[in-house]
Amino acid sequence: MKDFILPPKDDRDMGTPASRSLNMITLKIDGFDVTVPEGTSVMRASAEAGIQVPKLCATDSLEAFGSCRLCVVEIEGRRGTPASCTTPVSEGMVVQTQSSKVRKIRKGVMELYISDHPLDCLTCSANGDCELQDMAGAVGLRDVRYEAVDTHFQPRQNGEANPNYIPKDDSNPYFTYDPAKCIVCSRCVRACEEVQGTFALTITGSGFDSRVSAGAAGDDFMSSDCVSCGACVQACPTATLQEKSVIALGTPERSVITTCAYCGVGCSFKAELNGDQLVRMVPYKHGKANRGHSCVKGRFAYGYASHTDRIVNPMIRDRIEDPWREVSWEEALGFTATRLRAIQAKHGKHSIGGITSSRCTNEETYLVQKMIRAVFGNNNTDTCARVCHSPTGYGLRTTFGTSAGTQDFDSVEHTDVVIVIGANPTDAHPVFASRLKKRLRRGAKLIVIDPRRIDLVKSAHVAAAHHLPLRPGTNVAVLTSIAHVIVTEGLADEDFIRTRCDWSEFADYAEFASDPRHAPEATEMLTGVPAAELRAAARLFATGGNGSIYYGLGVTEHSQGSTTVMAIANLAMMTGNLGRPGVGVNPLRGQNNVQGACDMGSFPHELPGYRHVSDDATRAVFEQLWGVTIDAEPGLRIPNMLDAAVEGTFKGLYVQGEDILQSDPDTHHVAAGLAAMECVIVQDLFLNETANYAHVFLPGSTFLEKDGTFTNAERRINRVRRVMAPRNGLADWEVTQALANAMGAHWAYTHPAQIMDEIAATTPSFAGVSYEMLEEKGSVQWPCNEAAPEGTPIMHVDGFVRGRGRFITTEYVATEERTGPRFPLLLTTGRILSQYNVGAQTRRTDNAAWHPEDVLEIHPHDAELRGVKQDDWVRLASRAGETSLRAHLTDRVSPGVVYTTFHHPVTQANVITTDHSDWATNCPEYKVTAVQVALSNGPSEWQRDYAEHAERSRRILPAAE
Amino acid sequence: MTASPAKKLVKMANQIAIFFDTQPGDPATGIAHHINEFWEPRMREGLLDSSATTTEGLSPSVVKALAHIRRATQPA
Repeated sequence: MKDFILPPKDDRDMGTPASRSLNMITLKIDGFDVTVPEGTSVMRASAEAGIQVPKLCATDSLEAFGSCRLCVVEIEGRRGTPASCTTPVSEGMVVQTQSSKVRKIRKGVMELYISDHPLDCLTCSANGDCELQDMAGAVGLRDVRYEAVDTHFQPRQNGEANPNYIPKDDSNPYFTYDPAKCIVCSRCVRACEEVQGTFALTITGSGFDSRVSAGAAGDDFMSSDCVSCGACVQACPTATLQEKSVIALGTPERSVITTCAYCGVGCSFKAELNGDQLVRMVPYKHGKANRGHSCVKGRFAYGYASHTDRIVNPMIRDRIEDPWREVSWEEALGFTATRLRAIQAKHGKHSIGGITSSRCTNEETYLVQKMIRAVFGNNNTDTCARVCHSPTGYGLRTTFGTSAGTQDFDSVEHTDVVIVIGANPTDAHPVFASRLKKRLRRGAKLIVIDPRRIDLVKSAHVAAAHHLPLRPGTNVAVLTSIAHVIVTEGLADEDFIRTRCDWSEFADYAEFASDPRHAPEATEMLTGVPAAELRAAARLFATGGNGSIYYGLGVTEHSQGSTTVMAIANLAMMTGNLGRPGVGVNPLRGQNNVQGACDMGSFPHELPGYRHVSDDATRAVFEQLWGVTIDAEPGLRIPNMLDAAVEGTFKGLYVQGEDILQSDPDTHHVAAGLAAMECVIVQDLFLNETANYAHVFLPGSTFLEKDGTFTNAERRINRVRRVMAPRNGLADWEVTQALANAMGAHWAYTHPAQIMDEIAATTPSFAGVSYEMLEEKGSVQWPCNEAAPEGTPIMHVDGFVRGRGRFITTEYVATEERTGPRFPLLLTTGRILSQYNVGAQTRRTDNAAWHPEDVLEIHPHDAELRGVKQDDWVRLASRAGETSLRAHLTDRVSPGVVYTTFHHPVTQANVITTDHSDWATNCPEYKVTAVQVALSNGPSEWQRDYAEHAERSRRILPAAE
Repeated sequence: MTASPAKKLVKMANQIAIFFDTQPGDPATGIAHHINEFWEPRMREGLLDSSATTTEGLSPSVVKALAHIRRATQPA
């Protein structure tokens, strides 16, 4: 009997997707009893039993299609030879996968395929990794009886140019489309539809004329809607869609499972290599965040790791006006330690600090904050989450008791109504967007709250039921109006509130929200959202079944960021949408390890596990282990550090993997703060913008070069595995350890696993986490401890972490950043699919092909008023500064609103942004800046000066002979 | 564009007050608790020192909260 289930790490292609049914069916395949869930295909059931039925058009990431006729089988009592991919199992079914009849059919099918396929297997880029080749072998194809008169693969036939021959499409920088190799199985077209949800590909023509085609007639891959996610390349069984890296380097011979270092989705990948040469990154189908999908960044944009700009030797200089001098690690660390200690001796213990990186691993982040608290002797540690999701931490801890999202990504498959607010998932969290779109195509309803008409509002086979195009800065007013409708129309879930929340606090909130001044009709003038549309959206969310809320930095990066997060929590509680699959509050985290950096105690007021530094018991745990006294006072946050630097009381900063000069608001102020310091240490892959003001540069390592863990937006702790040696010689955790030791510590970690053991020993929510455990389970979502040994996919199931859910009054307060005659437009900022954050990585890859520069989106009406035409250079000015960039005219933004990205240092969009920030956390208000736009001749004087200064700052002295 | 350090602290404190003024309960307690929890000692000192000279520009709730804001020298 062979009714076993193969272990989940097996990543064979099972032919068709798994069935979720709990009803089990037993059948007999080739004499073996097999038990599988109802709804499973005969093909998959065979695969479960270890029997691979030949196939070409089937793959387990896609629904069965039944076109190739290679997977035919015989079933007792059924006529003919059904396709095993489209035939579901039934109780007592008796299947024969091999018989002379099906063998003959399969061989005939293969003969036809091969008669119109080039026989250049030896020199083909898919040689050894081609399903057509495998199937020819599997069916025993020995000769082809047909001599094709017309083919698709011969450039010339019968002495003339072949009209059916289409040359290779090389337009995409990462993969090629070679129609000559295509067998028209439709797997690419179906992957683009079912997995990615873009619908960029289609089959044109019919019969012999059927061809795969990107976009409309005349389009190539690059000019089509293709987003280069790689799903089609992944699905292609031949060399038709092939990574250019495989064409160049050959098929990979080994693979290592690791985690993407771009956004907070945290996709699992197989890094496929030859020796230590990375050949390609392939999405890992058992990855629980991405379920086998990827985007253009994680799949293809890894070339920065070997870019010539990478700095691999430590460098120092006495003054920031000097050129850099390459030195040994020993000298660099000695120089740094001496300077930092000298600063402390002169200006006091609290005059230095550090910034942990959301790009680095949990273990590295933990070590940086440990160094600051235990070796620097203060709490001046902060992290880039300050400028993105710090309001999420404050807001969700206040309302629910935990600073994290409530769900796993799988939850989206069970949702019925989704609110997406202040997020643009198709660009910033593309793999989540694909999973969301899949659910929307199956009937879930969508409400988009965003000043821009983002792609989700209307794209192929997806349309929002309601788009509330609010004016930037009015989130709280809109969310409170939604609450007003729910409360006043009696749509609140009283049972949930009475059992799970504090009823009297709800009563207070209900009274507040019911006030007529919060009615959508009253707020319409302020927010720009039509009252009827808002009422309809509120009713849909409250009554449409499982309601979930997904949000991004359009929520947090406001002067009322924390209040908006609490308004979101209020909505989820009042509609009973917490504690089960399909619901919840889901912050979409910007960077790969923002969640982890926050968990690891990067904030100046919190030790690992979100415990305040003033808590004696928590300090005692670390003091005992570290053998030092920990300061009980909160330290400085990033903006406070810069303020203190300008004031002269803060003199030294260690920055690991962050570019605050480009990414933080009000560039002039950041530059002034950095310039006022006596020792700035930048640890990074490249000489970033911050390094222009640094005295020490410590080269960093990429995620491919070290072991560790990242924690994604769903609290999932994923392993990062070293696939090649660090080009700079040391992993980032080793650099931090060496610096700590140079300053007098005696750390002796030899592997990140030991750091994770220390985290588990000190932090209750990580108590059950170890590398052995991650090896066994693949990944786990915290809290993971005695109470939840398997981790926690969904939080607050039986009750809130803080006890009772807390409603918070959410009064709208206008930001101080106001439009006026001088600055009549509102600027908001965001990301684009192909670029990532400050672009340090993606700009150094072929992703630049999609977005070579930042542009200003402006409504045609506003453009016309200013005489601005498409692609004109415009001057963008705010109260903080000005820059120049090209204009892009689009009605995606409303009149009065302009939009740009911040991926390119030449634009320096943050010269424009102001020092306004969230009231609770100092998270900067990137999303609202009053600006004026006018025609200009080209880059501003400041941009030219900046470029010159940057070039001067990056001089490196030639190595001494 | 960037405000002077003292002005910045006043602005930050007033922003906190705007929130707690809308909450049930005593705003001064909430404001002081928030500032004690999140402000580094030299920021608290800065606010207390500048307000000792003048409370002009400070929201009335912040003025009430001043008495509950910890000096750096006090033990945690």
